[in-house]
Formats: sequence, C-alpha cells, structure tokens
Amino acid sequence: MNFGFSLSPSSAVNLDKIDLSLYHKMEEIEPDVRICIGCGSCSATCTGQPFSGMSLRKVILAIQRGRENEAREMLSGCMLCGKCTMVCPRGINTRHLILSMCRYWDGEDHGYNLMNEVEVKI
Amino acid sequence: MIDRIANGFHPFVLPFVFGMVFVLSYCVYGIVKILRQLPAEDRKHFFVTLVTPKYIVKNVWDIFANCLLHVKLWKRNRLLGYMHSSIAFGWFMIILLGHIEVFLFMPSRAKFFYYPIFFNFFVAENETTLRGSLMFFLMDFFLLVILSGIVLAMIKRIRSRLFGMRRTTRPSFLDTIGLYSLWAIFPLRLLAESFTADISGGSFLTLPMNWLFRQFLGNNLNMLPTWWAYSIVLGIFMTILPFTRYMHIPAEMMLIPMRNAGLKIRNARRGFARTEVFSCPNCGVCIDACPMSVKKANVKDCTVYLNRQIRRNNEKRIEEISDKCLLCGKCTVVCQVGVEGSVLRVVQRSTRNYAINQDYSCIDVAPFKSQVAASSGNVLYFAGCMTQLTPSIRKATISVLEKAGVKYKLMDPDGGVCCGRPMLLAGRFAQAKEMFDRNVEIIKASGCDTLLLSCPICYKMFKDHYDLDGIKIVHHSEFFSQLLDEGKLRPKMSSEIKYVFHDPCELGRGEGIYEQPRTVLRQLGTLVEAKQNLDESICCGGSLGSLSLGFEKREAITRNSLDNLCVAHPDTIVTACPLCQTTFGRYSDVPVKDISQVLDSAVGEKSA
Repeated sequence: MNFGFSLSPSSAVNLDKIDLSLYHKMEEIEPDVRICIGCGSCSATCTGQPFSGMSLRKVILAIQRGRENEAREMLSGCMLCGKCTMVCPRGINTRHLILSMCRYWDGEDHGYNLMNEVEVKI
Repeated sequence: MIDRIANGFHPFVLPFVFGMVFVLSYCVYGIVKILRQLPAEDRKHFFVTLVTPKYIVKNVWDIFANCLLHVKLWKRNRLLGYMHSSIAFGWFMIILLGHIEVFLFMPSRAKFFYYPIFFNFFVAENETTLRGSLMFFLMDFFLLVILSGIVLAMIKRIRSRLFGMRRTTRPSFLDTIGLYSLWAIFPLRLLAESFTADISGGSFLTLPMNWLFRQFLGNNLNMLPTWWAYSIVLGIFMTILPFTRYMHIPAEMMLIPMRNAGLKIRNARRGFARTEVFSCPNCGVCIDACPMSVKKANVKDCTVYLNRQIRRNNEKRIEEISDKCLLCGKCTVVCQVGVEGSVLRVVQRSTRNYAINQDYSCIDVAPFKSQVAASSGNVLYFAGCMTQLTPSIRKATISVLEKAGVKYKLMDPDGGVCCGRPMLLAGRFAQAKEMFDRNVEIIKASGCDTLLLSCPICYKMFKDHYDLDGIKIVHHSEFFSQLLDEGKLRPKMSSEIKYVFHDPCELGRGEGIYEQPRTVLRQLGTLVEAKQNLDESICCGGSLGSLSLGFEKREAITRNSLDNLCVAHPDTIVTACPLCQTTFGRYSDVPVKDISQVLDSAVGEKSA
C-alpha cells in the first residue's frame, strides 16, 4: 500500500562496526587531517561546490563515519583549484589530501602508466 | 717524422682501445634506443631535419657553441664558462690536432684510431720536424688551456663560492671516479709527452719539462709506465662514462638536433625526455636557482636530482621530487643545457593512475551562457578562482574599467568553472581538458572580442591551451598599459612612492610579460627593482604547482622572496597575481597590492 510517504532509512552510524581503513589511509597520507576543526572554510571557498556539492569538510566527516559513497561522489567534483588550502586556518595541505585520496581510494596503488604518449604543454 | 715502433702498436694502448670501443658501442645503442622510443611522426620529422641544409648548419653551430665553447655559460658566469670551455674545447682541439698530425706526418697510420691519441709515443723526430713545430706548439698550448681548466675545477670542488655558486651537486660514487679520472688524464698526458719530448719533439711546455726531469731522473725508464697510466686512466673514464654525469657529453649532441627539430616531451621516461635527462651535466646551477632550496632545505629535490633519480629508476624519489616542485620554471631558465625541469615533473605526474577520476559532466553551463549573452560589452572579464578569494582585485579592476569607459561583461560574478590549470599541473590532462571545454563554451557564447584576466594562472591557461577563434586574450596589466597608452586613463603621478614589481611565475617566465606592468607603474610612481627580477624572479611560494609542499614549509620560501623584493626599500610591493598577493600578504611588513588596486587609487575619479 502506498501512502505517498515512507520511513526514511536510518542514518544512525555505529562507530564500532564501520570500516575506518580509509580514514587511516587518509591520516597516513596527510597526518594533519587529524587537526581539522571542521570550520568549513574549505567548503565556503570551494569552486566545485556549486556544481557538485563538493565539501571537503563533509568528505572528511563522511569518511570518519564510514559513509564512503557520499565522500566519493563529492571528491569526483573537485577541481583542484587549491583555494581550500589557501584558506585553511589549520594549514592542512587539503589539495594534496584530495589528490591522494582520489589515487588510493580503494587502498590499492593503481600504478603508473609509463608507456602512454601525451601532449605536454604547461 | 718517422715510426719509432715498427708495427705501430704497443700493448699499453689496449685500456684506451677497450674504453673507446665500449663507449662508442654504448652511444650507438643509446641512440638507436632513443630513436626507437620516439613517436613515429616525430622520428620521421627528425630524420628529415637531419638532412635539411638549414637544420644541419644550425645543429653544427649550436653543438659547437654550446657543447664546446659553452657560450650560454660564458654569458652567465665567465669563470665557469672559461672552466668548462677550456676543458671541452681544449680537449676537442687536442683530438683534432692529433688527427691532423697523423694525416700530415704519418698518413699510413691513419687507420689506427688510437694513433692520434698516443702520437708522441709512436714517432721519432727527424729533419721534417720544422713542419711540425706549429703543431707541437698548438698541442702544448691547448694542453695548458685544459690544465688551467682542471685547476679551476679543483678549486671549485673545494670552494664553489669563489665561482658564484653557493651550492653545488653532491657527486655520486661513480661520478667521483669519473671526476678524478678526468682530472688525472691531462696531467698524465703532460708527463707522458714530457718524457718522450726528447725523442718525438715537443714545444714550450713539454721540452723544458723533459729537460728538467732528465736532470734528476737521469734515464727515460719512466716513459712507458706514464704512457700506460695515461692509457689506463682514459680507459677508466671511457668505460664508466655511460654511468656517470659525463654521459651529458654525447647526450647533449643528440639533444640539440632533436630540439632544433622541434621535438617535445611526449613520454615521461622515453625518447626526448630520456635525452634531456641524460644531457644533464649535474652542474647544480638549478640548486641555487630553486626557490625551495632556501635555508638548505629541499636541496635534494632540485632538477639535477630528479634527473639522477630518473636515470636510476628510483620511483619513490621520482614521485617525491616531482610532487614537491612549485613549477616556477626558474631551473629551466638558468639551465645551460635546456633541461625542462617543470615539464619533466608534470609528465611524471601524468603517468599515475587514479581510483577516482573527476567528472564534470554534471556542470550545466547554460545559466552562465545566458548570463554573459544578456549583458552588453565587448570585453569579457573572467576573475578566476584566485580572484574570488581577493575580491578587492575584482573590485579595483572593475572600477578601472568603468573609469576608462570600457564596456565589459562579467563571466563569473558568483563563481565559475576553474580554468583547469591546477588540474593540468597535477598531471591530469583529461580532467583539465573537460574544464577548458566548459569555459570555452561560455566564452564563445558571450560574443565578446576580448577576454580579460586578472590572474596569470588563468591567463597562461587561456593563452596557451584554448582555441578561441581569434578572441583576444589579455592580462589586466597588459590591458591597463594599453588603456594608459590610449590616454583613456589619467593617473596621478606620485614620484615619492617607491614601487617594486614582483614578476609572477606564470606571467613572466610563463608568458614573457615583463614590460607592460612596469610601464603602468612608471606612470604612477618611482619603480625600483628587486635583486633578482624578470625571468629570474623568485616564486612567492604559494604556487599551485607544488602538490606536497605544506603550509609551514612554504614560509621560508615566501620570506626569502620578500627579502629579494625589498632590497631597494620599496613602499609598496606590487604584483599582478592574486595568489602572489595572498601569499606575500601573510608575512610581508610592506603593503602588498595588486596592480589594479594601485592604478585604481591613482586614477581617482572618472577621468575619461
């Protein structure tokens, strides 16, 4: 029977059961992530935010809560412009953090592609 | 001249012959390998240039001027120039003159390729020597030139500061062996030729030495051991040459024709990139130039060490070095050989595979397009991400435009799509391209004929990477200079204010815009210069090029750059990049302003 409304799925997070390996990976890459105070300056300045809802503060929070899919979606909207690094009051190298997370997301090293030919113009 | 050794052979030549055969075969192997690694069309084009007269002349001249005479190094540092060219050109002349001697006096021996090297051992002087005295003089002269270079090289090893180099490269183990054997070659040659000078003839250097030695040695039993030693040292040098920095000698001769043919780096490790890496002579000029190496930090992350690690295939270090660099491009400017440190690093970054690849297909550019199409004006102003963080620059730029009566449109009043350069510098070309395309769509929809940028990062990106069908791309400093020329702005001149201009990496070294911002500033006040400016200006340290350099590690870089700017005690530091302004603003005691802000306050009320 459809009443036109339903119960929303539980958003409770059981911190004892979630897999925190991704967060530990993040700590390994950029130990400074531990000193994040969640002020949201990164989100406020984010260039990608209006288009994809990217917010580094939320990404970190989501990973700490084991909600990896949300984090992944947000990361894929990052434009790597580096404004978050410039405004971070804690001096976290957020740009490197994001880039490294994108690289080692599934805990694997995807290696190098040393044979491909590219047009390099910088 | 007559043969002293009947069959023209002596076993002492064997170490040299072995070394020479080895190094020649290695070079042939290397050339074939690199040619095979080039993309087919590049290879074809390269071969065509090798037989085109115009290119042949250029190649020969460039090789002569750069590899032998070191013209570029002379212009930079005369002492270093003399040191390198004396050894390179002197050695070349000795080899050349040796061959001429053989062809003149012993044409029957021309088939032995070791003969010119050990000529003085194999011949005895007779009445024809008169014809040879000029040759003997030249041989001694060039040997003296080389020896003077070697003495300078030894002094440089101990006190590099005397040569204007604060730091020099730390040689690897094999480099050290190569270095000592190179140093030993020429004194040993002098000794060997001196011992035989009474038999084979000599000149102003070898004859007196021969006489001197005879006074206290009394016999010529030292002759053969010294020729052996000379040959062995040559053999050692030639044999380890491919594994030391001295590989730059043959590699540069390959690099110059390749560069003249217009080849570019197309792969991180192969082909052209490989030639560049092997051409690095490890001189260490890039170490002093590198903004990161201030206070002896990050010295091992300079381009010279990147080249070394690429040769060793040390992936871990290659990654560290390529990620840390600010990509300011100064090492490329000072490099005597033309190794492109920044491009090499970006191409290393581009080889990585990622688990998450950014996707911008969700970006809807329609609102942007309708917004730019709606307003009128023929100048489209794109402030860019960095200017969003420094709204005062946008405000000042708009104010100047209004005062000059320019009809403009804003492309990103409430934020826009990034130009893609930060992504490009991270080596993610496909993602950067996606962002370009979005922006191009918006720009084309605007119908403007000029794109105005206040950020050099965006400017370089639009100028070099976008195909905009004839839309003029200008940086605001260029545009302001043009407005002043046209008399559309009449700023108030306050000659008591001293300005210094900081050349942002992307604007100066990147696009060669040095004069326009200075022209503007000269009309506003007194322009003083930094200690190192123009193409040698020091990066502010805020660069997006570096991926791994943390916030606190950048402080020393910024402070060093500020000290460089403040040597003439300016009242205001002026820059033309929002990122430089923000970075300097953190630590500077002197106010840091963007060129638009300075101009805006000098123009006062609307003057047009």
